[in-house]
Amino acid sequence: MANPTPKPEQIAAVDHKPPAADWMDTKPEFKPGMFLYAVRKESLEGVGQPNPRDWNPTDADWKLPADWKGIVREGIKERLQRFRSFQIFMDICVRCGACADKCHFFIGSGDPKNMPVLRAELLRSIYRGEFKVAGKILGKLAGGRKLTEEVIKEWFYYYFQCTECRRCSVYCPYGIDTAEITIMAREILNLLGCQIDWVGTPVNNCFHTGNHLGLKPHTYKENVEYLLDDIEEYSGVRINPSFNRKGAELLFITPSGDVFADPGIFTFMGYLMLFDHIGLDYTWSTYASEGGNFGFFTSHEMMKRLNAKMYAEAKRLGVKWILGGECGHMWRVITQYMDTMNGPADFLEVPVSPITGTRFQNSASTKMVHISEFTADLIHNNKLKLDPSRNDHLRVTFHDSCNPARGMGMLEEPRYILNNVCNNFFEMPPQTIRENTFCCGGGAGLNAGENMEMRFRGGLPRMNAVQYVKDRHGVNMLACVCAVDRAVFPAHLEYWVPGVKNCGVTELVANALVMDGEIPRQYNLRGEEVNDLREEVDLPPIQWPEEEEGGEPSEEGGE
Amino acid sequence: MHVIFSLLAVIVLIAIAYAGVAGAGMTYLFGVVIPYAAVITFFLGLILKVLKWGRSAVPFNIPTTCGQQKSLPWIKPNSVDNPTSTGGVLARMFFEVLTMRSLFRNTKLDYRVAHGQPVIRQGSEKFLWLFAILFHYSFLVVLLWHLRFFMEPVPKLVGVIEALDGFFEFGLPQLLLSGVILVAMAGALLDRRLRMPNIRYISLTSDYFPLFLIMGIGITGILMRYLLRVDITAIKELTMSLAVMKPVIPQAPIDPLFYAHIFLVSVLFAYFPFSKLMHMPGVFMSPTRNLTTNSREVRHVNPWNYPVKTHTYDEYEEDFRDLMIEAGLPVEHNPAEEAAAAEGGGEAAEAEPEAPEEKKE
Amino acid sequence: MYNAGKIITGLVIFVVIFTLPLWWQVGKAAPPAPKPELPKTAKVCVEDTAYMRTSHMQLLNDWRNAVVRDQDRVYVGKDGKKYSMSLTNDCMACHNDKKKFCDQCHNYLAVAPYCWDCHLTPEQVKESK
Repeated sequence: MANPTPKPEQIAAVDHKPPAADWMDTKPEFKPGMFLYAVRKESLEGVGQPNPRDWNPTDADWKLPADWKGIVREGIKERLQRFRSFQIFMDICVRCGACADKCHFFIGSGDPKNMPVLRAELLRSIYRGEFKVAGKILGKLAGGRKLTEEVIKEWFYYYFQCTECRRCSVYCPYGIDTAEITIMAREILNLLGCQIDWVGTPVNNCFHTGNHLGLKPHTYKENVEYLLDDIEEYSGVRINPSFNRKGAELLFITPSGDVFADPGIFTFMGYLMLFDHIGLDYTWSTYASEGGNFGFFTSHEMMKRLNAKMYAEAKRLGVKWILGGECGHMWRVITQYMDTMNGPADFLEVPVSPITGTRFQNSASTKMVHISEFTADLIHNNKLKLDPSRNDHLRVTFHDSCNPARGMGMLEEPRYILNNVCNNFFEMPPQTIRENTFCCGGGAGLNAGENMEMRFRGGLPRMNAVQYVKDRHGVNMLACVCAVDRAVFPAHLEYWVPGVKNCGVTELVANALVMDGEIPRQYNLRGEEVNDLREEVDLPPIQWPEEEEGGEPSEEGGE
Repeated sequence: MHVIFSLLAVIVLIAIAYAGVAGAGMTYLFGVVIPYAAVITFFLGLILKVLKWGRSAVPFNIPTTCGQQKSLPWIKPNSVDNPTSTGGVLARMFFEVLTMRSLFRNTKLDYRVAHGQPVIRQGSEKFLWLFAILFHYSFLVVLLWHLRFFMEPVPKLVGVIEALDGFFEFGLPQLLLSGVILVAMAGALLDRRLRMPNIRYISLTSDYFPLFLIMGIGITGILMRYLLRVDITAIKELTMSLAVMKPVIPQAPIDPLFYAHIFLVSVLFAYFPFSKLMHMPGVFMSPTRNLTTNSREVRHVNPWNYPVKTHTYDEYEEDFRDLMIEAGLPVEHNPAEEAAAAEGGGEAAEAEPEAPEEKKE
Repeated sequence: MYNAGKIITGLVIFVVIFTLPLWWQVGKAAPPAPKPELPKTAKVCVEDTAYMRTSHMQLLNDWRNAVVRDQDRVYVGKDGKKYSMSLTNDCMACHNDKKKFCDQCHNYLAVAPYCWDCHLTPEQVKESK
């Protein structure tokens, strides 16, 4: 895309006043940087989704199926019966506006249709106009409008401008959850083949190769091996994990983004080191090599189709239970959907930590434990040798990822870990963390490259809270437990809060981990010299033991 | 347009009642027929709508968690905002319904740009909650002391409520605060809708109309009690006859203002099931609030769960078997090894490395 | 129908509470309208009946203020006749039975006027003598 992304001060000049024209009379403008590309034909074909075709959101003709109106009506009707949430959320909103200024996209864009209440009204107005007597007869007077192609375009624009973060739902007096409405709208759009590429293509990849990136089994293994080399270089410890191994006690599943991209790979290295440190009997799977689930951003059915691999692989390998890595929507799916969709997992056992003997009663049915729960338990039972001073050059804050916060409630575990692996931890303002946390701005499949302006706008509230702790406490590291965050934050931080880096919680754990047989940890997992980092924050350098100085690890670590 | 239309609608409704009673003398229509029809519409409409909601499934356990989960024994869970037990859900619903807990969390965006840098804060904003809670509770109190028109003898409790409501013994008949607060809060909510640009932008006719309607009801009520003073003995004769289902229009004349009042109330009742006012039953049925958050511990069942097409491990291995073998990854079927085994350890094994024959179901 | 038990229970509770006046009094005849016993001695009051029915409390309130604050004890009725502004001595000279007159409507409507916090009924006057 040749469009230049606006500068921060241009984006920051947001006007939150609505236009004079009624919202039913305004249309979205498909401006480069603000919308997402259409899904490629092959990706829909690959998973048997309707209406595959070549098209572009800026086209006048979206090549909708001949009976598209009937499809939409039927689609709405079917979902009203299947989902009480949808039915009730269509009927009871009083438009009090409590949600209006809670959405990060509204805060960052000022576009009134990004107010959660209006985002829902985009669909509600059709519900009233097509299904309600008053709406059919009185039209606008009863809040109804007719279904037109313009409405479909508007839906596409705005329902792919919602990250399903549920922040609005926290404040709604009836718990109306825009995520739920966006999920329905996307399902309906999907019936017309109106999907975005950044969701549709990962879904197709994941279905066939086991992960969103389309990493084939050997590539996945090779990538891990590169990381093992790095670990050896920086810590002196050679780790030999297993893949697709039958009879392992645990199966570990994490988002594939972390095996591939900076800074997720450092978290991935953290897992490898942590599991080696405690001698965990576990295996990786190349078949279930994706913790994330972009099917969740497509339809309930697609979510189920992709998620099925987790239990299927656990069953095939004969493990006792599943451990899951740091990821946001993955954990929403695991917590609120997986067992219902693909369970019961009665071939697995209630998870018991093989190291501490702790029984994870809270996951007695899903048989899947979060790495932060697992690690917090290890630390609480003194099973990790930790030297938090190794992270002294970091001044850390923690971003609660939307889904673990509002779809799970995992708030204390990562904080407990952080407080044990680093000495400088600072909270962002209370209205921006825990259940009130602000989205990274790129969840629910919106972390593409063509919509950078929209992403920067959506990420602004979170970034502004980071700026707050940077200004007050000199924070230089934003920790999180989500792979999408790690894909999104580096660009957002560089744009809004230069000087702050992003990492996963487990990366910090591994940096503080005193491994058996390790060499002096002159380098962190990123290959950065610790003394250089200490110098940046005016800390005295560490004197490394004589004999190790200038040893083999240091010079080759330039990559 | 939304505002003007709603206001006009309520004025027209009042005019209809005046014309009907004062002009055409249709006291039976406005005093008996319409109120009965409205009440029947209210109950039938509300019940049918709730039953319709009930016919929609709750396929997934999707509560919004607003507090710490129950996980490790040494981490204190928030059992109200992240309730794993029925008791917790009851507590959550109790606070939600009776104290509007979620609305109490409300904040106000404070967005500024200083030296080209955005400064974003979430300030305290309790007015919406305050207006809303006063509005609803004063409405409740007004409804309760209206029982004195529908019960004979009047229950003691009604008298107590009325005495408390008129605690200040101001004016004559003594001023009942609830009615005044009700109208004032409806006004405050209306004012908010009109003056906050974004709230005005999202408001529909169906948001203004009930506010004007309730204000109309409150104002006609206040006028009847304090200014025009209607014959409440005659009114109670009428309302009691309605309550025991033996309706008669009393002989003593009743001011048309009363008929305007009950006509507006009738409209409110009849309108209720078809409007956003259904948030009253709806709040109890919202799946993000009324479910336990223990879906990892206890499996939630989806009544319409159906099998889907997945990509099985066997299909996957079929696609990538050679690559997997080459990378040293274990496979379920290694054609080379299997062939070798079939040959009884013969050398021919290497001759046929590919076995496209393999078909999995 | 899903969660039928809970939903129907909820609806039943709702209907029971909201129809309290109906089932509480089901089958009963409409309670007799109050019949305040009119005085045998006088045929007219200080104002006409419709006004007295709706606004006697306002009149009495004005009387009290006039007497207590301005020492004005004379009320001119709409027929031009002069009356002494006194609840006990004037009003209750004709309407001499509180139970059969005042209380009739006040009880019917659960009105608790504070007149008798200070004033005596004719009977009480007799007793006290």
